[in-house]
Amino acid sequence: MAKKRKILKGVSQARKKDSQEALKALAEGIIDQIRKADFPSVTMPSRTTDNIYFDKKLKQYVLGGKVVRRTARNVTHLKPLTQLVWAGYIASTLLKENKTSTLRDVFYMAEGEGLAFEDQPESDRIITELESVIKHPREDFNIFPEERSAMFGNLEVEYTVPGYEGRRLNFTMNPDGIVIGPAVATSEFVDTDADKVIVIEKGAMFTRFVEEKAWKRYNALLIYTAGQAPRATRAIIRRLNVELKLPVYLFADADPWGLHICQVIISGSANAAHIPELVTPSAKWAGVYASDIVKYDLPSTKLNEQDIKRLQEIGKDPRYQSEPWKTEINKFFEIKKKAEQEAFSRYGLSFIVDKYLKSRLEELEG
Amino acid sequence: MLSVRCASPGRSSRIPPEGVPSLAETFKEISPADFFYRNRDVAGFSNPTRAVYSTVRELVENSLDACETRGILPDIFIRITSLQGASDVSQVLKILVSDNGSGIPPQYVPQAFGQVLFGSKYVLKQMRGTFGLGGKMAYLYGQITTNAPLRIVTSTGSKVHEFSLMIDIQRNRPKVVQQKELKKIKKWRGTMVEFSIEGDYYRASPKIVEYLRQTAMVAPYANISFIDVEGRLIRFMRATNLMPKSPKETLPHPHGIDVENLQRIIEFSKDRNMQQFLTKNFHRVGKATAKLFLNEFKIDPRKDPKKLSHDEIVELARALRSFEGFLPPDASCLSPLGENLLEAGIRKELQPEFVAVESRKPSAYSGHPFIVEVGVAYGGKVQQGGSLYRFANRIPLLYDESSDVSWKVVNQLMNWKRYNVDLATAPLAVVVHVCSTKIPYKTVGKEYVADRPEIEREIMNAMRDVARRLSLFLSKRLSYEREKRRFDVFERYLPKMAKYAASTVGLKSVPSVKPLLVKASKLSSEVVEGGKEKEDLEGSVAS
Repeated sequence: MAKKRKILKGVSQARKKDSQEALKALAEGIIDQIRKADFPSVTMPSRTTDNIYFDKKLKQYVLGGKVVRRTARNVTHLKPLTQLVWAGYIASTLLKENKTSTLRDVFYMAEGEGLAFEDQPESDRIITELESVIKHPREDFNIFPEERSAMFGNLEVEYTVPGYEGRRLNFTMNPDGIVIGPAVATSEFVDTDADKVIVIEKGAMFTRFVEEKAWKRYNALLIYTAGQAPRATRAIIRRLNVELKLPVYLFADADPWGLHICQVIISGSANAAHIPELVTPSAKWAGVYASDIVKYDLPSTKLNEQDIKRLQEIGKDPRYQSEPWKTEINKFFEIKKKAEQEAFSRYGLSFIVDKYLKSRLEELEG
Repeated sequence: MLSVRCASPGRSSRIPPEGVPSLAETFKEISPADFFYRNRDVAGFSNPTRAVYSTVRELVENSLDACETRGILPDIFIRITSLQGASDVSQVLKILVSDNGSGIPPQYVPQAFGQVLFGSKYVLKQMRGTFGLGGKMAYLYGQITTNAPLRIVTSTGSKVHEFSLMIDIQRNRPKVVQQKELKKIKKWRGTMVEFSIEGDYYRASPKIVEYLRQTAMVAPYANISFIDVEGRLIRFMRATNLMPKSPKETLPHPHGIDVENLQRIIEFSKDRNMQQFLTKNFHRVGKATAKLFLNEFKIDPRKDPKKLSHDEIVELARALRSFEGFLPPDASCLSPLGENLLEAGIRKELQPEFVAVESRKPSAYSGHPFIVEVGVAYGGKVQQGGSLYRFANRIPLLYDESSDVSWKVVNQLMNWKRYNVDLATAPLAVVVHVCSTKIPYKTVGKEYVADRPEIEREIMNAMRDVARRLSLFLSKRLSYEREKRRFDVFERYLPKMAKYAASTVGLKSVPSVKPLLVKASKLSSEVVEGGKEKEDLEGSVAS
């Protein structure tokens, strides 16, 4: 086992406290304006496409300087602004009572308040607005998506959720992995002997890695994203990277979709450009590369029309203008083939962990 | 000298003028009672349903006239009771109508009620477009179907007389069955008529109620009470104490003269030369005009009108109609409702949200003066889908709507879309009143007005005028509603916003949004309803 790391204490709690302050500041701003008989207004960065930029230094999407103002003076803004203030109240209550909720809950709760949303996307939009106003992701004010991704490895955390305060969990306790839900996402890191994080797109491959003891052999925490990583998962990857200084390696299928799963973890999505704290810029794409298909002679299928179209799109995307992306995208165009992570099984079940992973990690760690 | 009591109230007068008995001789040979019984379709007694409706209508109009000619605010009472079922389609009904009008001196009662076409006015009344029958056709019809006498109680204010009458149809003479003075009733003035008739009440009933309702609309100064066969009381209450001006009597205008009229005027005239004949017997003909006319047509002013040959009379009638030197007829013989009364009537019966009325200036067609009055009622209790109420000389016209000139104007000539009205769905009622010394009815049924260009134009102009005012009202209301809806949004959300903000910071007293609501009510919608894009632009400047 590697040496013990210094653990930052109370990070999760600090973030929540910070969110709560921001929520209160929002409400106080509204109250002040009402008392002065000014129409309350809230300013937030514009999230329209013309205000989303790719920051080359940060290697992620960020919002530009344009702001929008929601003002109660405008009759069309009144309802959304009220919904925003209400969402702030809900968030602050969740934090105060240490409860969690989901976007779906929010949608239904609004109906009970005479603030019904037209549809789920509209209610999601208000939560997104609240994120950009208080500059915290919704996970910081306890609104979580449906959980589906999981983690396995020697990491010990301490719960902060009500009823579990102080209780600890080790991620080796369940060989199926432990779901990254609100309780995990809000837990404090206590201890780990891992020195890296390996993120895997698919459940079958995650199970293989556990069974082949990849976590032990490579001293790694394994995270399974189940396709595009949920925001809580991206947040925890970032925390592992920032708080525990663990390097992150990303494995997905050798196709444009797999590439993008990795890319979103590294540099974020345009949708979440208003939240800086979901990205892990130092994470490394570890495969499966197009060149691996050739190198390992992997069973592959032809790229279909959609794949080609998507490849062309990401070929122009600023996030893909560095290596190894550029070379690999060209390689895809050259061979016009794609392969799944499972393709390595033609060399036996342990090949991917014994040989491929070993050589790739050596390559990347330099 | 013949005189015409013009137009409204253009109902039959019950009191014959002086000197009438001599005229009755003239009509002796016509056997009018018999004639009209044989031609009862013409008078609106074609079937058991129409008979009941027409009876009520004639009697109510007589009663209204008896009040209006003396400027008395009418109190009309109608009661119909069913005596027995005669067949599936008709019953024997007892109809009673009473009023608080002038009453009839007892010596005139038998003739007034029991002799059809009694009086010289008959001829001229036909000219004016009303029957000389009054209620007499109804009494006649009642007697023929039930063989029961007519009961009349009347008083001019002193003694109260009761009569029991029948009509001798062949001889057209009243037969007084019984006559007595009712000493027990004191200080009562008016007339009550009661008689039996066979008819179909159940089919007639909706028309009767509609007739009374529409009558109440153009006689808002009347109380009308009706007790139907089932014993139900239907009342139309007086809404104003104002009554329209009574029309002045006037001579016929030369432009409206035909050969038959002319012959009768000559016959009754005592004037012995043309100059005098013209000035004494025609409306708007003075000495100078008469001279001019006689000159133009090379007629000797000294000629005796009684000595005109038949061909000369034909020529004279044509000349009178075509001469352009006559001034148009004066409308003092007309009695329009006036804008105030029309509006009061519409408000009372239709209970709309908005009313606009227009009383046009007098106009004339073929020597007959007329006045068009139009009203529109919108919203409130007005039914959807544009209903039309037609009146001629204050009489509601209930049949053959789509043949009427007003229907043509409303449904074909008016472009309602220009006034933001969708005729098919709008809660709109249009009221058209035409009053004239001669309503140009299209047929003998007298239920619809012909599309004379002069009348059509007047209706059209009046309609456009009220529609313009309606359109203005609608657009004002629309912007008011828009403002209201906008303000509702502030009212709904500002308190909530304050409440949630206060709860977030744990504030116990929610800050008051009242000053903001006051501010919001003053904001004009133009200022506030800037688009989102505009806001975004402002935002980028602010950053």
